[in-house]
Amino acid sequence: MSQSLRPYLQAVRSSLTAALCLSNFASQTAERHNVPEVEARTSPEVLLTPLTIARNENERVLIEPSINSIRISIKIKQADEIEHILVHKFTRFLTQRAESFFILRRKPIKGYDISFLITNFHTEEMLKNKLVDFIIEFMEEVDKEISEMKLFLNARARFVAESFLTPFD
Amino acid sequence: MSAPEVHHLFHNPIADHSFSADRQTLAIARDTTVELYGRVGNAFKLKDELKGHDKTVTSIDIAPNSGRIVTCSQDRNALVWEPTPQGYKPTLVLLRINRAATFVRWSPNETKFAVGSGDRLIAICYFEEENDWWVSKHLKKPIRSTITTVGWHPNSVLLAAGSTDAHARVLSSFIKGVDARPEPTAWGERLPFNTICGEYLNNSAGWIHSVAFSPSGDALAFAAHDSSITVVYPSAPEQPPKAVISINTQLLPFMSLIWNGEAEIIAAGYDCEAFRFKGGINGWQLSGTVEAKSRPGLSEEREESALNMFKQMDLKGKVKDNTQLKTIHQNTITTLRPYETSGDAVTKFSSSGVDGRIVIWNV
Repeated sequence: MSQSLRPYLQAVRSSLTAALCLSNFASQTAERHNVPEVEARTSPEVLLTPLTIARNENERVLIEPSINSIRISIKIKQADEIEHILVHKFTRFLTQRAESFFILRRKPIKGYDISFLITNFHTEEMLKNKLVDFIIEFMEEVDKEISEMKLFLNARARFVAESFLTPFD
Repeated sequence: MSAPEVHHLFHNPIADHSFSADRQTLAIARDTTVELYGRVGNAFKLKDELKGHDKTVTSIDIAPNSGRIVTCSQDRNALVWEPTPQGYKPTLVLLRINRAATFVRWSPNETKFAVGSGDRLIAICYFEEENDWWVSKHLKKPIRSTITTVGWHPNSVLLAAGSTDAHARVLSSFIKGVDARPEPTAWGERLPFNTICGEYLNNSAGWIHSVAFSPSGDALAFAAHDSSITVVYPSAPEQPPKAVISINTQLLPFMSLIWNGEAEIIAAGYDCEAFRFKGGINGWQLSGTVEAKSRPGLSEEREESALNMFKQMDLKGKVKDNTQLKTIHQNTITTLRPYETSGDAVTKFSSSGVDGRIVIWNV
């Protein structure tokens, strides 16, 4: 783990732990409804100030807490065009399977690559510290995954180019 | 100090719990039903299920003397369950609200109860003899958001309420014909309905999670979402309070608090364990946890055998199983209640949490 990654993940971890204090809260505006307030945005007093934690200009996390739900959006590092395409394909693969991935949001927030929506029902069912661990692990793994895929792609491109050019030898 | 009594009832959240006066019956709000447990030896066995709500039951309270149970739910209703020889008979309360009911508590004299709601009001309910039903009067005026909690003054007239607009308020719920004229207190002398005796804003505008009057009624404590507890000592009617003491902590927010005498507060919440605060009008401080961490059964870090390590890796894909928290409650504690008292002091209290556990603690 690089030197600047550790404090970054630590900051995300402590902010998430504090933000994941959720309780069951029925809607104040719609009768007999119980909706994630961070998505509905109908009562400003139950939303907290959003928080951005940035490691550098192209790696950051946005945490938007509210009384019964929080939204976590992650911007994954994209150094060049290939990484951009890879990140797009990777997040698309995940979001299309959002149903079986309880906390994943189907559509990321504008400016971010992937978003999670955690409600009080998730923190009731799952262990809170494990949810935080999962997000941190995801952030660690996704960078590794993308650079691995990029290396693999480069190797494959070289191989393909070589086999194309052999007839002209 | 003997070990606390732990009852793991199920794997659903417990929104609220209440013991009957003889401590033989335990009522629990579980999802849309209310479950009654009876004590059998050292355990609690399911005795009865009260079905009447069709949305999450948010709060429950048993009146200690009459044995009546009042419940409220996100379906906008409150029910009073009257004990009869054939079981509990529900009566619907005319709340006249059209948002979720969030919190309910009997007044100490058991003639009234207060229902907090998402309709930005508190319904004070009392029994009307001539029509034979429970009717309500609304406390509405300065409230601007959902009421999350209410707490009664021992005189059954003053009511403290906390809400998500970051205010804790002390209001009068005096109802002509039901209440006798109360003795004047430091909060107020003349108390017609909806008199505001105090309004306190949390320093960082955090939601109020819990309010409680001290046993004498001369101090008010409230817990807010900024992990602080504030204690207010009123001086005289319509005067600024003698002291407002805020205790800020580095812990996660507290969901519930109870007084133990006049000089101790026990609070618990998202940290899954209970903390003690000690002090008085000159200052308060955090004095420690209720739970002793070196319980037997909580195995300390041990040298693992190689065989065991590989076994764990094979079974779970990791060496150490760290899914258990070190506390007894494995998720947020939502309610604390006094269980056994001697005079003003609490000797035992009970806690319930999102993890489906009821724990009875020795103070």
